[in-house]
This record gives sequence, C-alpha cells and structure tokens, in this order.
Amino acid sequence: MKTVEEIKAAIEAAVPGAGVEVVPNPGPAAQHSLLLKPDTAVAVATFLRDDTELALDFLSNVTGVDWLDKEIAEKVKVTRTVAKTVDGQEQQVEETAEETQKRVEPGYLEVVYHLYSVAKKHGPVVFRMRTGNRTDMVELPSMTPVWRSAEFQEREVFDLYGVAFKGHPDLRRILMWEGFKDHPMRRDYVEPDDFDYEPTAHDEVLKRAQEHQAALAAQKGGGE
Amino acid sequence: MSASETRLVGRDGAPVMDVDGDLLEVSMGPHHPSTHGVFRMDLALDGEKIVKLKPVFGYLHRNHEKLGEEHSYLASMPYTDRLDYICSLTNNWAYALAVEKLAGQEVPERAEYLRVILGELTRVQNHILSVGFLLQDMGASGTPLMYGFREREKILDLFESLTGSRMMCNYMRFGGCRVDASPAWLDGARAVVAALPAAVDELEALVCTNEILMARTQGVGVLPAELAINAGISGPVLRASGVNYDVRKVDHYGIYDRFDFKVPLGDHGDVYDRFMIRLLELRQSLRILEQALKDIPGGPVMDPKAKLRNFRPKAGEAYGRIEAPKGELGFYLISDGGPNPYRYRVRPPTLVNLTVLEDMCLGHNVADVVLILGSIDIVLGEVDR
Repeated sequence: MKTVEEIKAAIEAAVPGAGVEVVPNPGPAAQHSLLLKPDTAVAVATFLRDDTELALDFLSNVTGVDWLDKEIAEKVKVTRTVAKTVDGQEQQVEETAEETQKRVEPGYLEVVYHLYSVAKKHGPVVFRMRTGNRTDMVELPSMTPVWRSAEFQEREVFDLYGVAFKGHPDLRRILMWEGFKDHPMRRDYVEPDDFDYEPTAHDEVLKRAQEHQAALAAQKGGGE
Repeated sequence: MSASETRLVGRDGAPVMDVDGDLLEVSMGPHHPSTHGVFRMDLALDGEKIVKLKPVFGYLHRNHEKLGEEHSYLASMPYTDRLDYICSLTNNWAYALAVEKLAGQEVPERAEYLRVILGELTRVQNHILSVGFLLQDMGASGTPLMYGFREREKILDLFESLTGSRMMCNYMRFGGCRVDASPAWLDGARAVVAALPAAVDELEALVCTNEILMARTQGVGVLPAELAINAGISGPVLRASGVNYDVRKVDHYGIYDRFDFKVPLGDHGDVYDRFMIRLLELRQSLRILEQALKDIPGGPVMDPKAKLRNFRPKAGEAYGRIEAPKGELGFYLISDGGPNPYRYRVRPPTLVNLTVLEDMCLGHNVADVVLILGSIDIVLGEVDR
C-alpha cells in the first residue's frame, strides 16, 4: 500500500488546492494521518473512495476528539522604553528584560475517520478534520454522502461532541435524548446538579444535601 | 413531548405521516421481546408493509467511552466485558490488541494460542445462540434455542473454570493473558470441541431444511453487496451478501495466518443466508479450535516486560480491530503519556450494522422486521455503550 506521503501527493494531483497535511503519529503504531481542509474534504474523500489504486471503499470508524484550549508559557525577551532619571535629567532609556508570557492556543474539535479497502484488502488510511474552535465554528462537511457507514457514527459525534455535520441527511441526537442540552463527551463537561441526595447519617452528605436544597430554593425564588 | 416532536420525520425532513391517515405509525419497542434488549423502531406502515423505519437508540447508554477516559488502561478491561456481554473475551482481545499497538508490546506464543482458542470458543457460542434466537423470533418456541443453550453451557463452563466467570471473563491483559490454562482444562476443551460437530449436525438436521424457516427467510431482507460495503457492514452480515472480507484473513492479527480455515460466503444476502453463514462459520471455528488445541506450545502467558500497574504508553494513537463474532470490533486510543487514555473509542460492529436496517425492511411485513433484526444479531450493551 502507498505511504501517507504518496497518498498526499496523489490527492494533490487529483484535487487541486486540496491543501492536505500529514499529521505524524509518534507512537509505535505509526499510523500517520492526513489532515483535510473542510472545504475540499468531500472531493478528497470521493477521490479516496473512487481511485482505482487506493479504492478505500470501507469506512470503518468515525470518532470525535476534543482538544481543549492550551495555555503555553513562554520566556520572551522584551525591550521597553522606560523613563529614567540619569544624572538629574529625565531620559528615555531602552531596557531589555526576560518575561514569561502566557499565550492561549485555541482548542478545537477533531473528527477522525479510519478507512480500509475491501477490494484491495489494505488499510488503514486515517484522515481527520478540525473545526475552527469549540464554540461557534463547529461545522464540518459530512462524509455520509460518500460512505453510508458515517450516518450513525457522525450522529454520535454530533450528539456527544457537538460537531455540526453539513450535508448529513438526518442529523439528530442518537444516544442522548432529544432536548438534552450539552455534549457529554467534551473534556470540560460538568454533570448537572439535578438529583436529590439521599439523606444519610454522614455529616458530609447531609451538608451537601442542605447546600443542594438551599440552591434549589434560591433557584425557585429567583424564577418567580 | 408535543405531538409534532413524536412524529416521524423522513430523510428529507418532511413528516412521514400521511395527512389522509392512510399510514399508521407504530412504535415497536423498547420493551419488545424481539429487540433483544431495550431498542425501539418507529415504523410507518401502509397496511402491513413497512414504508419508513427509524431505529431509536440510547436506552442503555452509560457513556462507556467517558468511563474509559476517566480510568487507567487496565481498569477499563473489565468494562469491555459489558459491551457485548455475550462475547466478553473477544471484547477483551480487541482492547488488548489496540493497547499493544499503542504501546508496541509483544505477546508470548502460548498467550496467542490461548487467545485464539478462547476467541473461537466465543464465536461458537455466540453463533449457536444467535441461530437459536432467530428461530425463537420466528416462533419456533424454545426447542432450537434450548439446543443452542445446551451447547453454550458447556463452553461457559470452560470459561468459568479458566477465568472465574461465565460471562464477564476479564481475561486478557496487555502483553498476554491473566492466568495459564492447565493441561486438564485443555483436555476438557478438546472434549467439548470434539463433541460439538455432532450437536451442530443435530441442530442443522432439525432446522435447516424446515419448510417454515425457508418460506419465511428466503428472499427476505436482501442486502446488496455494494450497499453493504458502503455502509460499513461487517461480520457475518457482510459475508452473507457475498463479500469476501474477514479481518482474521485480511489483517492476520494474532496468529491467524497459521490456521487452515475457509471464509464461508452467501449468495443472496437474505435472512436465510445470514442464518446459514453463522452455522458454516461455526464449523470453521471448530476447525481452528482443533488445530490450536493440538499445536499449543508451552511457555509463559505474560510478556515478562509487560507492565500492568503504572502503565503509561508514549504519546501517540492506535486503532486496533479484530473480527468479533458480530463483526469488526475496533478500539481507537489516543495517549498523551498519562496513566489514562486521552481518548478511548469503541467501534461497535452492531451499531454500524443497524445503518441498513431500514433499507432491508422497506416493503416487508412487520413480522419480517423481527426476523431481519434478529439476523443482524445485535446486543444493546454494545450498540448504546
């Protein structure tokens, strides 16, 4: 089978402006993957399926991954102009100091697809797509028109991660119930405080129960 | 829920319900004996004929994948038993395989043989049970199912004496198996395997040429090969449509390239083929078992370098898959170098196989839906996770 680099070259020859990147996998499995741009992804996927040499006709696995915002601390040399009194005179002096700067790398949601070929009996070829951020730019193209097997699995990613698949024929929640608000597989998901504690003889539990009742009462009072 | 929310919506987003009231909406399940658990199908019927079918999942959802991310690698192993609770050992194997790929671990020879023996025993008991349940769904009350249960019982006794549990085996580890099998256990397994072909003959003679079975299953729920491949169908359902694809033959995971066995294929892709494929596969599994039980070498069952406690694979990701009795079972793991997986994903074969349930059922009667669903062989513990 072709290596990831060769597949990348084949994609770029077939789909102009595909802009495919190779994402290396540092682990011993060494299953490197291709990062597709959302706007050309359907064309690339159709090529991967229909190309006679690759013939990746079997989409095995579709899944989401949540990458949180990353805070990166870096040491940076900063030059500043500072007003200083030198020899009794106000002067502008340049000073260089080392500072720790914190920069936030925005997180994103990622959808990973594992392809195999039933015709050629090879695989896996892994490709992934990334959303713009984790809040409002969560739209990605659906692969269901290319491979039907994405239908339920993309619904699951929509349900549990909140990725909106454009072009999916039937995008509804699948495992959680209709009307459920959040996306439970996200890394920062917090379970709602919506159950009643059983009062037992333990002080700690009693305290939590009292807090819970007080919160409920406050909520009720606020609502009216 | 308001009335509009409960209404069936088709692929185009338009309500399915006919304004004239010619179509009837039926909610089949979640508590229906033929759904093998809590599973619902919303049907739209024109008389007895199915016009639309929407499966509804999630009644058994417990967010298994979130649990996997909150526990260490080893602590997830017993949870995998609960996915497809009929086949806990193949679930263990798929998870162990994925972790071994992630961490680059080796498995000793004897452990590979034990895995094949237990995996194929699991396949035998799953197939014999699913054949029995299919006939049960058809109205052959009790008798064929009990033939299946009788044989399964002997295999579960083997599981119990080796792993300590009949169904929740929790037996495989990363880099081997938990305990070694004694010579007496291997003799017991040989005796069970030697006695099984006669029992399968008996079951076949009882049901395979039965007129009612043939009338009700032949030509029902036909799945074309192209659709099956495109929809990611795997396992006996895929091969019943005539597609030669068995992960044991394609990936050669474990030591499957050492055994001489065939991959049975169907011609028509109907319910009868899916039923027969399971019986034929079962016989091939018995062939593998005979060879494995003859050739099993001595030696350790755990890689001495394997680490179970404080196990932290290097950062990276891996997708491992096996041919589970119900189809292709995969685990996708991402490690960030910590003690827990950053991402733990189960690729459930039966959830994906349900994609084509509607396509297979359209135009058939309600009573056939029961058979078509039975021929996919679902377990809700795995579908809903």
